[in-house]
Amino acid sequence: MKSALLCGVGGQGTVLASRIIAQAAMNSGRQARTAETIGMAQRGGAVVSHVRIGETPEERVTSPLIPDGQADVLIGFEPGEAARNLKALKPDGIVIVNRRAIVPVTASLGKSGYDGETVLKWLEANAAHCFVVDGDRAAQACGSEKVLNVVLTGALAETGAMGLSFEGIKQAMIRRVKPAFVEMNKKALALGAKMVRR
Amino acid sequence: MKELLMGNEAVACGALAAGVQVVAGYPGTPSTEALETVAKRKPDGVYVEWSINEKAGAEVAAGAAYAGARSMVTMKQMGLNVASDPIMCVNYVGVKGGMVIYVADDPGPISSQTEQDTRSWGQFAKIPVLDCTSPEQAFEQVQAAFELSEAKSMPVILRSTTRVCHACSVIDVPEFVPPEPVEGFVKDKKWVIFPGLSYQNKKKIFARESELAKTFSENGMNTIAGTGKIGIACGGIAAAYTADAIQGHEDQFTVFTVNTPYPFPIQAARQFVDQVDTVLAFEELDPYIEDHLAAMGVDVIGKRSGAVPEAGELSAVVVAGIIEKQTGLSLDLHPTNLPESPALPVRPPVLCAGCPHRGAFYAVKKAMRGRKIIALGDIGCYTLGNAMPLDMVDTCLCMGAGVTMAQGLNHVDPSTVNFAFIGDSTFFASGITGAINGVYNQADIVLVILDNSTTAMTGHQPHPGTGVTMMGERVEPVSIESVLRGAGVTSVRTVDPLDLDEAVPAIQAAADEKGVRAIIFKSPCIAIVPKQGIAEVDQDACIGCKHCINELGCPAITMMETENGLKAVIDPALCTGCGLCNQICPKHCMEVKG
Ligand SMILES: Cc1ncc(C[n+]2csc(CCOP(=O)(O)OP(=O)(O)O)c2C)c(N)n1
Ligand code: SF4
Ligand code: SF4
Repeated sequence: MKSALLCGVGGQGTVLASRIIAQAAMNSGRQARTAETIGMAQRGGAVVSHVRIGETPEERVTSPLIPDGQADVLIGFEPGEAARNLKALKPDGIVIVNRRAIVPVTASLGKSGYDGETVLKWLEANAAHCFVVDGDRAAQACGSEKVLNVVLTGALAETGAMGLSFEGIKQAMIRRVKPAFVEMNKKALALGAKMVRR
Repeated sequence: MKELLMGNEAVACGALAAGVQVVAGYPGTPSTEALETVAKRKPDGVYVEWSINEKAGAEVAAGAAYAGARSMVTMKQMGLNVASDPIMCVNYVGVKGGMVIYVADDPGPISSQTEQDTRSWGQFAKIPVLDCTSPEQAFEQVQAAFELSEAKSMPVILRSTTRVCHACSVIDVPEFVPPEPVEGFVKDKKWVIFPGLSYQNKKKIFARESELAKTFSENGMNTIAGTGKIGIACGGIAAAYTADAIQGHEDQFTVFTVNTPYPFPIQAARQFVDQVDTVLAFEELDPYIEDHLAAMGVDVIGKRSGAVPEAGELSAVVVAGIIEKQTGLSLDLHPTNLPESPALPVRPPVLCAGCPHRGAFYAVKKAMRGRKIIALGDIGCYTLGNAMPLDMVDTCLCMGAGVTMAQGLNHVDPSTVNFAFIGDSTFFASGITGAINGVYNQADIVLVILDNSTTAMTGHQPHPGTGVTMMGERVEPVSIESVLRGAGVTSVRTVDPLDLDEAVPAIQAAADEKGVRAIIFKSPCIAIVPKQGIAEVDQDACIGCKHCINELGCPAITMMETENGLKAVIDPALCTGCGLCNQICPKHCMEVKG
């Protein structure tokens, strides 16, 4: 079983990203399950999407939710949310985290500081493999900050952490986004992949 | 064709596969997508509606079932409280076509007021309850529910929980065909509920209980897996957590999964208990399975014994930890130990940047500064007006309660001005009766209707005021102002909450009147209209006073240290150009452009 946990702030589009990954697994004949935050928390609250897929067509996926310490990859759309969910990652798992911190109103109002850079350092110190990426810049280069989710999906595809091919993820993306946005999202996948290529 | 379907979509597709003809409901997380999916995928001949509330939805479904059609009503668990009256009664009358009541429970709770358990409600109402462990099983369960309902002429509850409703699985979905024509309503005394009839039918309902318990024990709907000596009884998503927790150690366990909580499958439970030495029960919400086993004389390790948390969600790690502690076995899942992280901000949901509710709350706050008020909130996005800095929700109970609670408070202490804030969808669902109650009983309240032209909190469903139906028709919208005037409210003002110069005096004028007076704040939710523009901070003019953040708490605004001192910055991706910040800025340096 391979598992990916995607986390961020409501409105960042984690759901589309998790559906693309699951769709790619399904297209290759494997079992796939997802579990997503939908509802109240979407208004700028913390959100999490789980994706679990079989490694072979025969492998059964037990539950849609990833137990702590069982994720092969953690995609943080925001540093603080990545840190909050690091407990889900396997000891040798991969973190892909978007650099831009989103400061919630609670932090703007109070004196309690929230410093994204300190959080990123902590992630780098505590994850076996950590890629800090400038996903927002890549998304803007594609023409819309909204494609951040697909940029980060491209990064995931490149790592091979879910045992899915880049091409398979691309085909799944094409199935999931509106035809008018396919070209923009192809670019987003490619730019995302480039960000983690070593 | 194989598709990745969410639990709610699976329920919808299963119902369509079963030939459902009429589907009604009222939105509520985590149930909403079931009805939306029916609307999206229905073949010809299927009728679907968002009803005004769950009671109306249940009655529409019951009517259709009396005529012989298969019908379904969908709701969240709170909705079952509202629909209790018709559902309780229809169980005594019975149905002709299959009638399924789809109820989504919300352990946590994540998006609800209570942690109530529909399995217990079904037992109380004596209506069979089928439970869901996964989307693919929900797809099968809903079809089984229709069969059962029609075979026994009784309503059947299909129950799921958030983690099933919002999980996706791969499901093979058939082509949907139009439902078969039905006979229609046939007049008969049996459709008229009377005490004598209820007495007779109560006897049948009682007899049915043990008969169904036996059927459910024998027909394979409840499963006993494994031959180990440690017994685990579970239901719903806890079955999935259990599977994860015991993975690699299955030979030690026997797992009893209860998929038909009511009537409880006693014979199957007996068989399970007889083959194990220890019994643990894992389930969210009520200790329902646990209590049924205990009633059979079994010693159960569960919520009542203090081993399993009595509230909130379970997880595979929690389940594994309890098994280890109670049995001494060593399993593979454990909590992760990490060094302490730097300070992470709490991130509760907030009103969107540009939300018209922010203007409404701020305007009332400003208009009433220095006066004693009580701000009664209600259920919807506007409940988020409770957060700092607005801090304008003093009470919140259940849909429509604010309007009537304001009256109760007023009868005890007339010295405060009581503002009852209510959303447009909530007003239609259950605010109208409260308004009439106030008019009739001479209460003194200010009724504030937050008309954002949608049911926002649950994902922007239409309602009677929008003039859009789930069948895709455009109809004459029901006017809130006319409803109020028809109900005898003589003072009604409609104002724009994002225009403080207009809103503040209107509120003050209403506050100085007596009786039930209404203010309709009319401005659409930002999610259903294009942006007005984007506010830009004139960096030279901004004095860094933080007034905008401290007063409004708009998530688009943050402060940044620059070489010229502290300055407000606006996130252009979030800002919708509502113009509120510029109205309150002492330097008016946040002009909306574009
Ligand atoms: C009895 C009941 N049914 C449904 C819900 C789910 N629910 C929560 S908020 C809401 C309606 C919100 O719409 P509206 O009043 O228009 O306020 P908005 O969210 O648009 O601000 C609903 C239906 C509930 N909490 N209780
Ligand atoms: S105009 Fe001001 S208050 Fe309105 S959304 Fe933009 S930043 Fe927020
Ligand atoms: S979704 Fe609409 S009503 Fe809800 S907080 Fe956002 S703008 Fe306000």
